[in-house]
Amino acid sequence: MLLRHTTETIRERKALTVNPAKTCQPIGAMYAALGIHGCLPHSHGSQGCYAYHRSTLTRHYKEPVMAATSAFTEGASVFGGQANLLQAIDNIFTVYDPEVIAVHTTCLSETIGDDIPQIIGKAKADGKIPDGKYVIHTNTPSYVGSHVTGFANMTKSMVDYFAEPSIPRGKQINLIPGFVEPADMEEIKRITSVMGIETILFPDTARVLNGPMTGTYRMYPEGGVTIEELKRTGGGMATVALGQAASGAAARALDVKCKTPCHILDLPIGLHATDRFVDTLRRVAGVNVPECLEFERGQLLDVIADMHQYFHGKRVGLVGDPDQLLALTRFLVSIDMHPVYLVTGTPAGKKFKSALREAVKDVPAEVKIQVPGDMFLFHQWIKQQPVDLLIGNTYLKYIARDEDIPFIRHGFPILDRVGHSYFPTLGYRGGMRLLEKFLDALLDRKDRDSTESGFELVM
Amino acid sequence: MAEPARSNTIENVLDGLNPESVKTEMLSRYPTKVARKRAKQVVVNRIGPDGEVPVIGSNIRTVPGLIGQRGCCYAGCKGVVLGPTRDIVNITHGPIGCGFYSWLTRRNQTDADASTDGHNFMPYCFSTDMQDEEIIFGGEKKLREAIQEAYDNFTPKAIAVFATCPVGLIGDDVHAVCREMKDKLGINVFGFSCEGYKGVSQSAGHHIANNQIFKHVVGLDDTVQQGDYKINLLGEYNIGGDAFEIERIFEKCGITLVATYSGNSSIDQFANSHTADLNLIMCHRSINYVAEMMEKKYGLPWIKVNFIGARATAESLRKIARYFEDPALIERVEAVIAEEMPAVEAVRSETLPRTEGKRAMLFVGGSRAHHYQELFRELGMKVLSAGYEFAHRDDYEGRRVLPSIKVDADSRNIEELEVEQDPTRYRPRKSPDKIKQLTEAGLPFSEYEGMMPEMPDGTLVIDDISQHESDIMIETFKPDIFCAGIKEKYAVQKQGIPMKQLHSYDYGGPYAGFRGAMNFYREIDRMVNSRVWNYLKAPWQESPELAATYAWD
Repeated sequence: MLLRHTTETIRERKALTVNPAKTCQPIGAMYAALGIHGCLPHSHGSQGCYAYHRSTLTRHYKEPVMAATSAFTEGASVFGGQANLLQAIDNIFTVYDPEVIAVHTTCLSETIGDDIPQIIGKAKADGKIPDGKYVIHTNTPSYVGSHVTGFANMTKSMVDYFAEPSIPRGKQINLIPGFVEPADMEEIKRITSVMGIETILFPDTARVLNGPMTGTYRMYPEGGVTIEELKRTGGGMATVALGQAASGAAARALDVKCKTPCHILDLPIGLHATDRFVDTLRRVAGVNVPECLEFERGQLLDVIADMHQYFHGKRVGLVGDPDQLLALTRFLVSIDMHPVYLVTGTPAGKKFKSALREAVKDVPAEVKIQVPGDMFLFHQWIKQQPVDLLIGNTYLKYIARDEDIPFIRHGFPILDRVGHSYFPTLGYRGGMRLLEKFLDALLDRKDRDSTESGFELVM
Repeated sequence: MAEPARSNTIENVLDGLNPESVKTEMLSRYPTKVARKRAKQVVVNRIGPDGEVPVIGSNIRTVPGLIGQRGCCYAGCKGVVLGPTRDIVNITHGPIGCGFYSWLTRRNQTDADASTDGHNFMPYCFSTDMQDEEIIFGGEKKLREAIQEAYDNFTPKAIAVFATCPVGLIGDDVHAVCREMKDKLGINVFGFSCEGYKGVSQSAGHHIANNQIFKHVVGLDDTVQQGDYKINLLGEYNIGGDAFEIERIFEKCGITLVATYSGNSSIDQFANSHTADLNLIMCHRSINYVAEMMEKKYGLPWIKVNFIGARATAESLRKIARYFEDPALIERVEAVIAEEMPAVEAVRSETLPRTEGKRAMLFVGGSRAHHYQELFRELGMKVLSAGYEFAHRDDYEGRRVLPSIKVDADSRNIEELEVEQDPTRYRPRKSPDKIKQLTEAGLPFSEYEGMMPEMPDGTLVIDDISQHESDIMIETFKPDIFCAGIKEKYAVQKQGIPMKQLHSYDYGGPYAGFRGAMNFYREIDRMVNSRVWNYLKAPWQESPELAATYAWD
């Protein structure tokens, strides 16, 4: 057994987290910053932070992940990190020439209270920021929230630094995709493009973290939202934000700063959430939904109906980030699966917890929810009563193997498979891909476990 | 296996390029002050008549903003040295990230069923997940509770606590909490002040780990184990099963392994390790402190070994045999080498025609950039350039330079333990005369010659290489293979050059010992001769001219 010390007896824990279902803010800020074209993320902390974040993002994407660090030493921790950050800004623009440096803080620099805007101001006054180049920042204390919070904070900072109010408003709609894969961002853009809607999507890691091999290495790949576009978000017709936890803060900030009205929706996972996404776009932009999207919707529904017998009543355990967890749960319930164990490590609040509770109210089984919770508790629940399917990040594979449960990788991080960066799980097509994954896992198991006489050719 | 010829003429070392001009070009992009600093860490190797090599700047601060490979003190302590020990509950005291990122990511394998109690906490991540209220009001209370909860849930025989950056800043006394809980629970509980900002790299964390293990664990169990030729293997972390292969070879030779620091290890082995008769050091950088302290306190000497490379493995086994001065062991070791080598040689001679003359670069770790040059030599490949991520001058230039290393402020902050001879347990394993005699016969003690004396004149040695510098190296030389870590991997491969991870082995291995050497030969052969690197151009990019028009004229 891999997790041989996990037993079904649950003892209350208040202080010890075991097998976390979250990580810290800065990595989310780094990921979001990579979605700005020509941006070099910068970690204002000790070297370990950026090394860990870059390593984890690289293992997840199998792509180069560049970022810089203030490389705090003990001295900097005592006297403050201003000298380090000033030197870093100078070196980065001289050596690596980005369009923008996106600084995020760490538990170290937050604890000592470094004032980043003041340091950026000094860099500017000292002439260390070349004309037309930018340094932005966000505060990401690791002891608050999770990696999702960090993503939300950096995305909000894009608004704070760049969005400019503009009257008359342009025709475009701002889209905030949430902490999702580059492939999902591409899919969102495809959907809006077939609807004929002009959009600005931010952050946008498509073509940044799923790039091609061409024989040359580009430190700043072709993808990413440009500064020019970020400025124009203030003059957008509306903002559609996907996922309260990852995108809500930026959407509201844009509303406050530039009076751009915002619609905060679930991540478009599955039929209904995608319906709401498409319908919102239709109303806000005043366009018709093209036939091709209706066709895709019909295909998704077709798979649901055709294979419903294999979904119905299946007990599922999910560990994920709040936006994914809520949207996936609703999708599962809609196809009559039974999401029975739901855990996120992110402290997403009471409202979120009641939304989850509401989503499963018709599930005819006891549903256990822990917000924030960890994978150790999740595993103990499974020990008490097993499930038919697990959905979550790669760390769940230890539970999947020990308990011999089919497992689908979804979320962050996925360290041991590819595909997530290339093929979306959002939208109608993404829904079909999810169903394909569910079916592959469940039916492979059925094939493995069936008797010889009961072995089916056609399913 | 014959000693491969080493080329020593500067002209053919760096593809005919002048190493000094490559260096100048590399540093030209930097601001003046940065260039001046980096110039000390980018060195053209020259071997003097006595084997002395140029001074290289190392174990010094990374320039903020340069983008490098290094991690932090916590990573070196919790991740590297203590990570591979299966039966300690390692609690990270801090916000969640540090514990999360060091959870199972280093591929330390372990055989949990080798311990009678079967304890294995390595697949678990334990953290106090500090929140802002603990940052404001202090985290000692939560740590105390977390240790209690770890005990209640897991009943381990030892709990270790690792401090992260904010813990040191807010002044939590992890050691006091550990002492208190040790008394309360009656098990070993000890802490590490390995805050990420300490030192200039992982290296500080190795030192802190060594100190605390020595202080809190080594010497707790005086049971002398059964078996002949008792040794400890230090600085071998069982990435990809390396330690398993070395254990196999020791067993075959009849050598008794008391403890490995720390691949496939149990805390019980550390407690007992002072009863061994010889310490073998693999990774000098991360573990020499424990060896030095053990020698001082208990009297067991240490020698440097290297089990990376078949020839190096054989040589290391011979060193051990010579130390024990027993003809039976010497004979057995020779028999094992004779038995193992034909298979190795068969794979080597099969791959050699395809690897010979290919060019490699290695920028990794604190010993691997040196050790892996053995394997590349066995493959007939040339190493154009190499460097460490977090090593010190002695790892580059040899321990002969130790007296001349200036201790700077960053290193002075890392505690040096005062160690004295143990009044009852100090037992010199060899008399000074005997040590002298063995040294003269070619078995040096407490000696590591470093990487540079083994590299040809004119090769570039680059300490703490930056992204910019590796870009220039790749652009200039287009090496046939580049070795570093995960963060460097895909930027290299985008350029159509295979990149081998020498931290995680790209999830392969083992590469140590005889079987490991064979694995490595095959792996490098696969990489440098793979067809996939030739697919970069689509047919229409190769020959864009149109052969016919779409519409008939």
